[in-house]
Amino acid sequence: MKVLVPIKRVIDYNVKARVKPDNSDVDLTNVKMAMNPFCEIAVEEAIRLKEAGTANEVIAVSIGDKACQEQLRTALALGADKAIHIETDIKLESLHVAKLLAKLVEQEQPELVILGKQSIDSDNNQTGQMLAALTGRSQGTFASKVVLEGNKAQVTREVDGGLQTVSLSLPAIVTTDLRLNEPRYASLPNIMKAKRKPLDVMAADSLGVDLAPRVELLQVEEPAKREAGMIVESVEQLVTKLKTEAKVIS
Amino acid sequence: MSVLVIAEHENGQLKPETAKVVNAAVAIGGDIDVLVAGTNVADVANSAAQIAGVNNVRVADNTAFEHQLAENTAGLIVELAPSYTHILASASTTGKNTLPRVSALLDKSQISEIISVVDADTFKRPIYAGNAIATVKSNEAQKIITVRASAFDTQGEQGACNIEPLSMNISNTLSEFVGIEQTESERPELNAAPVVISGGRGMQNGENFALLNGIADKLGAAIGASRAAVDAGFVPNDMQVGQTGKIVAPDLYIAVGISGAIQHLAGMKDSKVIVAINKDPDAPIFQVADYGLVADLFEVLPELEAAL
Ligand SMILES: Cc1cc2nc3c(=O)[nH]c(=O)nc-3n(C[C@H](O)[C@H](O)[C@H](O)COP(=O)(O)OP(=O)(O)OC[C@H]3O[C@@H](n4cnc5c(N)ncnc54)[C@H](O)[C@@H]3O)c2cc1C
Repeated sequence: MKVLVPIKRVIDYNVKARVKPDNSDVDLTNVKMAMNPFCEIAVEEAIRLKEAGTANEVIAVSIGDKACQEQLRTALALGADKAIHIETDIKLESLHVAKLLAKLVEQEQPELVILGKQSIDSDNNQTGQMLAALTGRSQGTFASKVVLEGNKAQVTREVDGGLQTVSLSLPAIVTTDLRLNEPRYASLPNIMKAKRKPLDVMAADSLGVDLAPRVELLQVEEPAKREAGMIVESVEQLVTKLKTEAKVIS
Repeated sequence: MSVLVIAEHENGQLKPETAKVVNAAVAIGGDIDVLVAGTNVADVANSAAQIAGVNNVRVADNTAFEHQLAENTAGLIVELAPSYTHILASASTTGKNTLPRVSALLDKSQISEIISVVDADTFKRPIYAGNAIATVKSNEAQKIITVRASAFDTQGEQGACNIEPLSMNISNTLSEFVGIEQTESERPELNAAPVVISGGRGMQNGENFALLNGIADKLGAAIGASRAAVDAGFVPNDMQVGQTGKIVAPDLYIAVGISGAIQHLAGMKDSKVIVAINKDPDAPIFQVADYGLVADLFEVLPELEAAL
């Protein structure tokens, strides 16, 4: 089976985003970038399927400017067989990304697409579900376990009430939650080998998708600051403060 | 304008998030309908009809909607969509699962997790784990929106409005429900509790979470956790608070043995009062805490329980 893994280049999860002084956006100049953590989990899951003999080809794809080839090389070093870069400098909305991916799904016909459930920059949590809709496929979102059997994928999903299990007919779309697996690190020999693996580039506007913006970003602000708190000396003082000053307990 | 709010419900009960999403709908303006999709949802529909500002409750009582599979519910919402300028759902795992599917089927860009309504086209939403707040304007003729319920007040009540049964047949050969493991708890739900006490990796194991029980009982609190505590298997996944877990904003949040990573703060820093208990005086959690107690949690938790 063929597995497609869309990945995104985002701010490193350890870095706290700062707002530009003119409030036009978040400032990403000279900020450390990395593969979105949920996408790393998606890559790992695909590679494990290949190691288990369930998948025979893993294709990583990323949409964005030239810089995202760095994350595609990482995916290749982790074990993807081939990478596709859909190049564009435009800031895309999730719907655009899903439409471009749907074109690729049409071309490549993967039985399974595994994506991160959300990217830690826009925090949208939309692309996988949209891709499922556009390709008329089933969706297993927020997956903490995926078991493939015949033409079905059994997906355990992290939901507000606990864990829900669904059975999806393949081809299907799965989005990853944090506890699906623990991604590996790329070894040095594999990083070297990845340089020779194929990385195809195609222009986003060659895919016949209307990429005109539908949502305008008017302003980006810092969140409201919390007032500085205090260190209390004892449990007794804490309880007194909560009763008399904060008045949140009686 | 006309707004459709998707009701959030579980085990035959309307969840309190729904009234908060209606509150967001009121801020948008226009007529408000609520859609209840499920099985045996008469009580849910009756509760929804009593949320102030709701004109009409539309009820799709059909086994197809029993488990809220996105493939089915999205199909239903798309059928109803032409009558509405706005479609809103809570940014719960159900809303997050379903609404983007609806959005793409309608060829609309979605706006996720709004925290305020500026006007009928313009909304604020957190990005980058809440480290920035974006104001976005949708130029779509129809707005598909998920709402961060914790950022909105609840609506008052009204005399029940009209309830309209829908007969919709949705067939789905793509997916099937297999089972659910629900965490049973007598405690209030995380997103609705006035007090939340959460434990982190510092709790060391699942048994030690019992140290939080007595305090939670006395305060009527829900118990939450950090990702590290969930990943280590101390407690189930539905207790995770944070960027990728539940977003809470109670009157009082008590973080115990939690360092205060960006991703955890994203889920609780809008709480009214924050208390942190941590033995490391440099833990970042103290930067957002109103009251910090630098101490060994194993010493002070029993003291706290006794003092309440
Ligand atoms: C994509 C992504 C999403 C994430 N989403 C979330 C999320 O939704 N929610 C979340 O919480 N995390 C999330 N994380 C993880 C986050 O980055 C942190 O790793 C996690 O929050 C750490 O949990 P912790 O504070 O319990 O553990 P630690 O960081 O290990 O902190 C433990 C704390 O306990 C204190 N401690 C230890 N023993 C004692 C004692 N005896 N008495 C008092 N204090 C003690 C220590 O001083 C320390 O500060 C996410 C990470 C990523 C990459």
